[in-house]
Amino acid sequence: MIRPCRFPDPTLFPYMPLLEVTDLRTGFDTDYGRVVAVDGVDFSVERNKTLGIVGESGCGKSVTALSVMQLLPRPAGNILGGSIQFKDRELVEATPDVMVDVRGDEIGMIFQEPMTALNPVQKIGRQVSEVFILHKKMDKATAREASIDILEKVGIPSPEIRIDEYPHQLSGGMRQRVMIAMALGCKPDLLIADEPTTALDVTVQAQILKLISDLQAEMGMAVILITHDLGVIAETCDEVVVMYGGRIVERAPVLELFANPQHAYTKGLLRSIPRLDRKRKTKLPTIEGNVPSLDKMPSGCRFSTRADIEHDEASITNRPAYGEISPGHWVEKCPYCYQPD
Amino acid sequence: MKPLLSVENLKMHFPVKGGVFLRSVASCKAVDGVSLMIHEGETLGLVGESGCGKSTLGKCMVRLLEPTGGRVDYDGSDITHMKRHDLLPKRRDLQMIFQDPAESLNPRHTIGEIVSEPFIIHGIGDRQERLAKVGELLEKVGLSASAAEKFPFEFSGGQRQRIGIARAIALNPKMIICDEPVSALDVSVQSQVLNLMMDLQSDLGLSYLFIAHDLAVVRHVSDRVAIMYLGKIMEIADADAIYENPRHAYTKALISAIPIPDPTKREDPRFLEGDVPSPINPPEGCAFGHRMDHPKWKESVGMDLALREVGPGHWVQPCPCCTNL
Repeated sequence: MIRPCRFPDPTLFPYMPLLEVTDLRTGFDTDYGRVVAVDGVDFSVERNKTLGIVGESGCGKSVTALSVMQLLPRPAGNILGGSIQFKDRELVEATPDVMVDVRGDEIGMIFQEPMTALNPVQKIGRQVSEVFILHKKMDKATAREASIDILEKVGIPSPEIRIDEYPHQLSGGMRQRVMIAMALGCKPDLLIADEPTTALDVTVQAQILKLISDLQAEMGMAVILITHDLGVIAETCDEVVVMYGGRIVERAPVLELFANPQHAYTKGLLRSIPRLDRKRKTKLPTIEGNVPSLDKMPSGCRFSTRADIEHDEASITNRPAYGEISPGHWVEKCPYCYQPD
Repeated sequence: MKPLLSVENLKMHFPVKGGVFLRSVASCKAVDGVSLMIHEGETLGLVGESGCGKSTLGKCMVRLLEPTGGRVDYDGSDITHMKRHDLLPKRRDLQMIFQDPAESLNPRHTIGEIVSEPFIIHGIGDRQERLAKVGELLEKVGLSASAAEKFPFEFSGGQRQRIGIARAIALNPKMIICDEPVSALDVSVQSQVLNLMMDLQSDLGLSYLFIAHDLAVVRHVSDRVAIMYLGKIMEIADADAIYENPRHAYTKALISAIPIPDPTKREDPRFLEGDVPSPINPPEGCAFGHRMDHPKWKESVGMDLALREVGPGHWVQPCPCCTNL
């Protein structure tokens, strides 16, 4: 049976999500047994919108992105359940052949460290034109032309010279631009940017974020921006997902999240960042303790080991319900971490 | 007030070797004529983009690098070219905390061995006394004394940085050079470590040189802030003055590039094109005016660009392009 296409024309259904992730669970098999790094995550992104995923290291934000791209390290990493609907396709069950077509063509990805993500022994041109040769079936000469075009678009000066250089000849910001050029070469519908600016200076970070949002406005793609920097989230995103210990603790439109955070972890994160308007040399509010390792995570409220309020036995062992408290604002309703007033 | 540590016209030029015989063909001017001072109990923030020479400057101050020009004075004595033997007692007072706690702790040593090493080097106490001291230090930085028997990999990033801090305060130093101490840490842990550093400062009367690229963090912990660009100081002033009344175009650009964690205050940052140029063959005149391709940059070539005082304790590099002085 031919499945009817669910997205006949994106302009007719602009509010249909482009990517819809439901109850995604991803685990890793280790010597000590299975560790669930992403434990039931739901979110969706629409065209032209930017979704921010924020959380500390080890919270599962990168594993979520790798699951969508099916780039998990095999055989240890596996999607255990849930669904990833991208346009009219189910990516969880997609064969490797299908994913090769999707990756780089319909979904582009930028990685954190442009130094390690680029091949140091290949010229820039060869790495950028690969996407055109692979997905657009161009010959080498046309692919080279297309590469020069896209390099120019991402703001690399004199791209016709740069194209014959090696990654080490470029600065960090320029390398990240090359990564963006590779990710956007085929005009993808979705761009996943995993900590795209963490390794860069603030000034270059501002350039790169501006570039991504300009290209988004031009191409109309959806962007998933993964970061630990709430400042970057506030400046660029439409909707925010806050992750902790492999679960979403809160999800809301950006204005709502910053104005009206509900979960204790979100509140703690927002309080603990040094701001320019805070009195100098005063004690910063903190979140006590450290993120427990995944095998020591409580099965109930994951934040219970660090929250200010002592949790009872039931909330530590039973997973709290996750629900919508106002339109678009979702919270994990642990009775201690979520206390509506 | 007498400065605890001061540097005068400090230069650190690394030779760039090339050619068949590896002769030095050029020099990389990582630090190129920096003068500043740090007073007792004060925190001086040092900010700049990567490659501006801020870490090199920090290393010159504790003589991990031997500067190629200028002088470093510590507590009234010139330590620029002091012999190793004479320098050792000074090193007790001058300690350093490094950026990456995973790389600056020897993975094969226990925490006890790492933290007691300063005592061994300086021949302080016997084994028992050292053990007791280590326990005390670990508790002071918020770890348990039993951590002494563990290895670095058993700790998280924030805890490792606490161990690095325990090692740095072991000998009751007067001054600590902190090279990006919280850059590698998560937000919630970063504030814990910053609080610890501020507590230790008021308990032990420490002075800090706080090197970082996060301006919001620097502002929070510093009394004064110096802005560095391409091996030179562009502006130095009280922390409040730098943020409320920046005078140099580079300082303004840096401040405007900080993402503000408030979605109601979105604005386009004042745009700063390009990257930091290479410190090999830096441009003449005002280096930042050159990057901005400012029409008045040419006028700054050949000018005296020594810092000028524009307000009480507020020094800035005068040039027609960036400061209009």
